Amino acid sequence: MVSPILELTNINKSFGHVQANKNINLKINKGTIHGIIGENGAGKSTLMSIVFGLYQANSGSIKINGKEINLRSPRDSIVNGIGMVHQHFMLVENFTVLENIILGFEGETVFGEKLANAKKDLEKLCKTYNFNIDLDATIADLSVGFRQRVEILKSLYRGAEILILDEPTGVLTPQEVDELFKILRSLKDEGKTIVLITHKLIEIMDLTSEVSVMRQGEMVGHTKTKDTNKEQLAEMMVGRSVLLRVDKKEIKKGEVIFKVNNLSVKDDLDVARVKNINLEIRSGEILGIAGVTGNGQTELLEALSGIRKVESGNIQLFGEKISDQDNFLNPRMLKEKGLAHVPEDRQRMGLISDFKAHENLIFGYHDQEPFSKSAVLNSQEITEYSSKIMQEYDVRPNSPNLITSNFSGGNQQKIILSRELNENPKVLLVGQPTRGVDIGAIEFIHQRLIDMRDRGAAILLASVELDEILSLSDRIIVMFDGKIVGEKENKNVTDRELGLLMAGVA
Amino acid sequence: MSNIVVDKSKVPWWVSNVIVPLVNLTLALLVSGLFIFIAGENPIEAVKLIIFGSFGYIQGFAYTLYYTTNFIFTGLAFAVAFHCRLFNIGGEGQAYIGGLGVFLVAINLSFLPIPIVWLLSICGAFLFGAAWAYIPAYLQSKRGSHVVITTIMFNFIASSLMIFLLVDVIRDTNQMAPHTVKLPEAIWLPSFEAFSGILGIKIRYSPLNLTFLLAIASLFFVWFLVWKTKWGYEMRAVGHNTQAAIYAGISPHKNIIIAMCISGGLAGLLGVNEILGVSHKIQAGFPAGYGFTGIAVALMGRNHPIGILPAAFLFGILYQGGSEVTFEMPNITRYMFVAVQGLIILFSGALENLFRPQIESFFVRRLNKEVNA
Repeated sequence: MVSPILELTNINKSFGHVQANKNINLKINKGTIHGIIGENGAGKSTLMSIVFGLYQANSGSIKINGKEINLRSPRDSIVNGIGMVHQHFMLVENFTVLENIILGFEGETVFGEKLANAKKDLEKLCKTYNFNIDLDATIADLSVGFRQRVEILKSLYRGAEILILDEPTGVLTPQEVDELFKILRSLKDEGKTIVLITHKLIEIMDLTSEVSVMRQGEMVGHTKTKDTNKEQLAEMMVGRSVLLRVDKKEIKKGEVIFKVNNLSVKDDLDVARVKNINLEIRSGEILGIAGVTGNGQTELLEALSGIRKVESGNIQLFGEKISDQDNFLNPRMLKEKGLAHVPEDRQRMGLISDFKAHENLIFGYHDQEPFSKSAVLNSQEITEYSSKIMQEYDVRPNSPNLITSNFSGGNQQKIILSRELNENPKVLLVGQPTRGVDIGAIEFIHQRLIDMRDRGAAILLASVELDEILSLSDRIIVMFDGKIVGEKENKNVTDRELGLLMAGVA
Repeated sequence: MSNIVVDKSKVPWWVSNVIVPLVNLTLALLVSGLFIFIAGENPIEAVKLIIFGSFGYIQGFAYTLYYTTNFIFTGLAFAVAFHCRLFNIGGEGQAYIGGLGVFLVAINLSFLPIPIVWLLSICGAFLFGAAWAYIPAYLQSKRGSHVVITTIMFNFIASSLMIFLLVDVIRDTNQMAPHTVKLPEAIWLPSFEAFSGILGIKIRYSPLNLTFLLAIASLFFVWFLVWKTKWGYEMRAVGHNTQAAIYAGISPHKNIIIAMCISGGLAGLLGVNEILGVSHKIQAGFPAGYGFTGIAVALMGRNHPIGILPAAFLFGILYQGGSEVTFEMPNITRYMFVAVQGLIILFSGALENLFRPQIESFFVRRLNKEVNA
């Protein structure tokens, strides 16, 4: 029995209302590549930030080589032989590779002997692991792949025995990924321990010897990689917790009222995120979009709701073109045409957390009667409406004057939902309606969505919760890498089947 | 110690909005007292002089209110832009150009009925100030040029432009100094002396004039605009969360422009006080730093008209009482009071959060104890 080099026991960490890590136990053996897999938001990065000393756990213990240690800052971790390569590199762009690596560990006031020694040591390291880096190159001139190598080299130079890589391949080209994997394998051969955080199954299967799966802040399984397969991992990752059953009437499909033709969308960095998508939604139908976060759902919803420019293709509402590459209607005009949108990220987009609840309840509808008349807000009307609708949607506490950030996540979501559903939209776009929402509120929100559908609205539901997609949707499409990779009627579809599509395996 | 976490929802409003500013102010004054002591004067005597100078006799008090008028305008100007999260540092230049607006309207339309001239001059001040703020606003919203940088630069441009105009274009050609001719006396805004006659008080001269009422009206205007209209609502939405504003179909571009123009317009109103009310002509450099001090006024007043009024009054007291001190105490120069203002800005602006967590957690604990007891 090998003793683990890193052992975590009962780690708990919460941010405000959200518990990011719940009772995490993890053992990592020396000289292995250990994968930690889970969807975005599963708590992987939080956990590793605790190990690296960036965050402090609320409770639990961390042992290295059997010795309990207290990590208060990254410096403590570095001293204890832990190195981390972040998703976003921590490099000074206009410094050279050498300068970046010795930063904070210069050891002398005037550069001289120690710098020369450091350079010699680094050259040796580069040779051992085939890094192929020019130590005098400026970071700004290096490609992303090389910058990542600098980060790895930095950790090694500082004596890292355990190297944590957070989603290392997210920014790399396929060739760079191959190079990275080569380096990681040679590190393992030299006896280093590597922790690989990822949500890509292929990487886990390729590289790791052991794998731990996280889901919604909990560690849901540990296994040897050779004893498992992609399908099983996908299942664990997406989870199979209690399926919340929703009473749903037989579908009464109407005509197509929302249609998307050959739609392509780019993100802010000009990367294509939605690639030539076609879809249509009928009145009285819920169309679910399943997929792992970051496969284009966000950009798709933003384009459909008039927030993001369309690259090519068009969007039609009631047969009328509302967006194409030349012009698009803004969200306010779309609201008037009966299209409402519950955005994925309520903090970033759906709400203004510093506003009072009543101000958020009229957000986007604030210039309509009765809330305002000739530009003057009607406070009395707004307050009355607010407490009425907060009652109706069971927002707790029912205090329209409370600042929104003081409401729990579920109640904030209800504030958005009540606002968007109250106008009886014909088309409703919903993203992650129950993210960070407690069970009671989930049921309530689901029931409201079903009611909308029964009243004949066309609903597009994007969610990373497969349960949610399965229990609500009439029809399901799966997005992977910006494309629709599967479309199924929601009859006899299993989460396994969807999980495979979502992971891009099938 | 730096890690005190306070549940903001439990902090009573009067702690964060009254106690904390008062503590900061007290500290600033204590340090100022130390300075005065080092300069070789008695701080207590200095305080007495300040209070006497600003309240002790009617003329002094009138001066205090005259300064307050200017600070209300520039304080409000900063606050309005700030609600859209824009740091309008250009109040000085906007006030300068606003003054040009007042003068041009007043001198060219002086044949109209007097109240109409006043009204149009006020509009002129507002529009000129707004126009001067429009350019940085446009550059910010369309080109992403940071408004802090551009408004600072526009202060210099305004200053140079006005010097050019005062020397070469609109100078009173009967003399050499860079100022214009006086406006016809008929259209001067009635000063406090005129009213004091009616009230049966006799004073010699005071710069306080009808503009003070315009300042009070502006406080109401800003309160109404920011909290009671959809424009204010949209401005605040853009300021707090631009992404969310876009989601709701609110144009950040439009609101940045609106907020900056209203802000510049309010700063421009300072010109009404100075030109239509006091000097009746444009003199080089008449905004005299009021635009910058307005930033401190707004910060101290927490960007709310209810806070800006007392903050402006406080700075009025300091200006007026301070000049009294410099008359009486030879060791204290005018610049000492610039330092005092600086200390107030330092403590209530830059060091705003120095004691806030401690004070807030102290009160939260106290109040919780009372609840539990």
